[in-house]
Order: sequence, then C-alpha cells, then structure tokens
Amino acid sequence: MTETEHVSPGPFVPSRYRVVDRKTENSDITTLWLEPVDRPIAPFKAGQFNMLTAFGVGEVAISISSAPGAPGAIEHTVRDVGAVSHALASSQIGDVVGLRGPFGTDWGLESLTGCNVVVVVGGIGLAPLRGAMRYLAENPAPDRKVVLRVGARLPDQIVFPEEMERWREMGVDVEVTVDVADAAWTGHVGVVTQILTELPFDGAGAVALVCGPEIMMRFSARSLIDLGVSPENIRVSLERNMQCGIALCGHCQLGPFLLCRDGPVVPYAPLAAELITEIER
Amino acid sequence: MPSPDAVVIDANGVDSLITSLRAQGFRVMGPVVANGAIVHREIRAAKQLPVGWHDEQEPGSYRLSHGDDGEMFGWAVGPESFKQSVFPSRSVLWRARRDGQDLAVEATGDDVAPEAFFGARPCEVAALKVLGGVLAGAASPDPVFTRRRETAFVVTVECGRPAATCFCTSMGSGPGAAADFDLALTELAGPSGRFLVRVGSERGAAVLAGVASRPATAEDHRARDEVLGHAVAAISRTLDAEAAPGLLARNLEHPRWDDVAGRCLACGNCTLVCPTCFCAAVEETTDLAGTVEETRRWDTCFDLAHSYLHGGSVRVSTRSRYRQWMTHKLSTWVDQFGNSGCVGCGRCITWCPAGIDITEECAAIAASDGAVKTSEPTAVRDR
Repeated sequence: MTETEHVSPGPFVPSRYRVVDRKTENSDITTLWLEPVDRPIAPFKAGQFNMLTAFGVGEVAISISSAPGAPGAIEHTVRDVGAVSHALASSQIGDVVGLRGPFGTDWGLESLTGCNVVVVVGGIGLAPLRGAMRYLAENPAPDRKVVLRVGARLPDQIVFPEEMERWREMGVDVEVTVDVADAAWTGHVGVVTQILTELPFDGAGAVALVCGPEIMMRFSARSLIDLGVSPENIRVSLERNMQCGIALCGHCQLGPFLLCRDGPVVPYAPLAAELITEIER
Repeated sequence: MPSPDAVVIDANGVDSLITSLRAQGFRVMGPVVANGAIVHREIRAAKQLPVGWHDEQEPGSYRLSHGDDGEMFGWAVGPESFKQSVFPSRSVLWRARRDGQDLAVEATGDDVAPEAFFGARPCEVAALKVLGGVLAGAASPDPVFTRRRETAFVVTVECGRPAATCFCTSMGSGPGAAADFDLALTELAGPSGRFLVRVGSERGAAVLAGVASRPATAEDHRARDEVLGHAVAAISRTLDAEAAPGLLARNLEHPRWDDVAGRCLACGNCTLVCPTCFCAAVEETTDLAGTVEETRRWDTCFDLAHSYLHGGSVRVSTRSRYRQWMTHKLSTWVDQFGNSGCVGCGRCITWCPAGIDITEECAAIAASDGAVKTSEPTAVRDR
C-alpha cells in the first residue's frame, strides 16, 4: 500500500567535463582546460571553486584559475598532493572528469573601482587569484594601481611566470621573491613580507587580496596593516576539507564559517584574523 | 474549556491509530524493545510498543527495566533518533561506468516511502527542525532529506518520565510538544490506557478521524498539565543555552578543554547518537568491473580524517576535536544557522563510554569564564 517515489540526489551529481588541454606548470602543478560534455555549470566569479572528480579515485575542491566570462575552456590549476589531485594532475587530453560548481564567495572584483589593489600570494595561491589578476590587468582604470607580490619556496615553484611578465607589461607592479634561490636566480630572496615593506600608494583605502598558506596570510595581513591597509579591506581565501561544496557535509567549518558557503574568500577582520591557524591545538 | 482540537483515546485507540496510518499509506516507525534498548522499527500494532518498559539513564549508562504499570511510553529516548529515517547513515549518490575514454554517470538517489514517526519525543521533533535548517535550508537543499521530511507524518508523544540525562527544558524543546507535529499524544496518569491527542495538521485530523475517541474534558487537560509538570520537576540537568554561544566563543583556550580531552576517547559515539549531527563523508569505490560508486555516509568530527587537508589534519589533538564538536553544537551552529544545534535529549551523555556530560563541561567553563591555559605560548599554534 505504501507508495515509494524515487528522489535524485540532485546537487551531488557531477557534470562531465572533458580535458581539452593541459599544461605542466612545474614539477607538481598542472593546469587543465575543461569543456562540458553535457550541461555546463553556471557562470562563475573570480575566487570561486569547483568540486572536481577523478572518476574512481574521488572528489576534491579546486579553485577556478581562469577569468570569469572569458570564452573557451574553464581552467583549474591542480597541485599534486594527494590521491585525487594526483589523478587529476595526471589526466590526459580527452579524459573525462566530473565537475560540480561554482561554489563559494568570490574576490568581489566589481567593488574594486576607484581604489588601489594589493594582491599578495604564496606558492599556488596565485591560482585562485589568476582570474582576478587577468581581469585587473586587462581592465586598467586610471584611478586604480595594481600591485602583485609573489612568494615561492624555490624559483621553479613560481607559477605562471610568463603571465606575470605580461601583467607587468600591462602596468601591474609585480615583484617576486623566493625563500631559497638557485644559481640562476637574480631576484629577491626571502619571505613575501620582505617585499611588502612599502607600497607605491597610500595603503589607506586600498583593498588587499591575499592567498597562500595560512601563516603567510597572517604575516602578510600584519604587514599590510602596518602599511595602512584597513583590516576590513583585506580579503583572504581560506581552505578546509571540502566534501560537498554546498554546506551539507560539515567538513569545512572554521569557527562560525562554513567555508564552502561563507568562504573561501572572507574578510580578514574581524573574525578570520583570530581563526586562521593551520593546526588547531 | 475543552479544546475542540483535542480528544481522548484508549489503548485500543493507539492500535487503531497505527492501523489508520498504515491504511493511509504510511510505513509506521515506532519504538520497540530490541537488543536491550528502545529502538525504532516498523510496527503494525500497539502490542509491539514497549509496554511497561522504562529506561534508566546516567552518564555512560543505559539500562531497561520492566514494571507492571502498563505504560506504553514510560521511557525517555533510546540511542536511535529519527535522524536515521530522514538522513540514512549510508546512501549511494551516483554510479559511473567507463566506456573507453568516455564515461556515463547515473544519479542513483533513494526510494522514499512516506513514514510515520510514531512516538517521537518533542526533543526529536525539535531535532528534525534543527536538521531541516541545515539540510533543507541550504541554498542547494539535500533533495532526499527534504522529501523524506516533507512526507513524514509525526506522531509525537510528550514525556512523562524523562531520564536523568535529559535537559530539554534548558533547550526549549520539551517535555511538552508545541509545534511541528501532525498528532501529539500525552499518556495520562491514572487508570491505564488514557491518551490525550492534540491535532497539529489537517493530515493529523484525517488520520484521527478513523479512531474511536471522545472529546477531551477540562479534567483531561489538567491531567496533561500534571504529567508535564511532573516531567519538568524530574529534569535536573541544566544548560544555559542563551549564554553558551558567547561563553564558548571567548573560551577557546580554556584549560577545561585539556581536562575533557583527558577523558574523551574521540570515539564519535556522541555524534552518532546525536539527532542533529549532520556531518557526512563522501566516498568513492570502484568494483572489479570498473563501475564507480559514490556513497555518502555519516561522518564524525572526532575522526582525524574529518579535518584532513593536504598533508595532515587540522584538528590532531583530542582537545581540538572535542572543542570543535561542543562549540559547534552550542555556539557556532548559531552563527551558521541561526539556532542552537542542541535539543537537550541527553543522548551524548548517556552513550559516551567515558560519561562526559556536555552540561557539566559547559558549566565548568562558565565557572571560570576567561581562564586561559598558560603552559604553552600562543605562538605554538603556528606550524
């Protein structure tokens, strides 16, 4: 007598995307160009992420590294650090991966008019900011200066070096530092805060976009505050274990934040400043 | 004045109620005694109910005893909540089959049959609402949960015999039922087999129409008040629900977290029995034929893997994991969803093998509000 109905798990089911191009950025970082096989996802904003499935291995959150609204394939830059990211980074042209998204908050590019912008990144932290950088470089405004400060452990771990050169040519003030130099390196040596000691404009009123390891973000935020940037105008991108992307699985909690919903981009002040720590003791 | 929405039925009426629900197409899930506990199973008749059974609960202890009183609902809550019915502990989300370089994805989903939650305590009904705030209230709601909850028929039974571990009065979820039910029963004292039934929905009225009853009198309502009054008086544990969010948020470095970490086994029992814990892990498996299956299963924040992030877990210590659980339940849940995550059912106290009591832990922090562990400099938080 009891009638059953079938209910689909809806938002948990990935769309199929095909790898149409790939580029090895360095020893453990790969960029994948993906095109939809079936229904494409909704338009995304810079700073948002997708859940990518390596079929048979698992699903992980990967930020979108192309610019919103750009024609062609959607780009994801993957660092090979675990089973799923290894499978994704190893995927070849023609392979099919799963994709759900876009999820989370964005860098708020539409608010960056009439103010100077400081972008601070550590390592692969440039990937979630690459779309924003492309947008800022390609849409210059007379009343907006853009500064990019990049830190990497080693010279060969700098991602998108050619692209940074192009942004420099387009008027972005770019500086790069490495923790440990090699024989060919002629640039800065040291952590990123050492190239964050001055700005070509007054920090007050500027907006900072920061992405990297949490300790790097904390120290960068302190440097930015010392340079006059208001803590409320510092935006950081935070990461925790993500298994659903839609605020249903509970893994991405950081204090009051569900980072897939309230993040990944959150204001540094007042809450994130107290919370970002890579290990909770 | 007797309310026109309330009637009185007898023990046979309870049986007819189950029959009436089944006739309307509901699978009736109700309390039965199995494996030494009161659990939920499909029931077909009132004689399956735990007549005469009582539960004795203490931190880390649950025992059933049998009396000759003939009470049908003379117990508090068992280890299972109706969470299982709306949010199965394991469900398959999709399957993918490989075909050369191509691949087909098939959404699997769940077969949902309308269920009646018979004998759900008011705290359980409150828990369903809390869970709904998370799983149905999200921008992309969980479709299976949402449908299961929408189709469920709730027969709540108010509490006459709360357990020693109960603290629903502190969380505003019991022992009486105020809303979110189709029918609310109260087992009245006195000659056995007298139940006051209040109607909470049109569906409730329709189901009740097939059951022999008489209108409730003022005396019946007084008898209900008496049952609830006794229940309120019997509840000894308290938790300051209003103060807890701020208290815990400003005491993340309180020494009590080390104290409780010395007792907590990080087993996750509290999260399994909790009627509102919703964490779920997504797992992918592949069979020998190459078919990929994505499964969602209950997870616990006490598991190291819960906070795993490339290279290691964010919450390694038991201190940080217990703190995550308790601050989420009582404090950050409010930030995230606008209400507390705790309904005061006391299951986490009863089913903790170490007998850790959330009300006691909260009170201990309140007693030395602002105390900070001083043995380690804060810089140790940096990796």
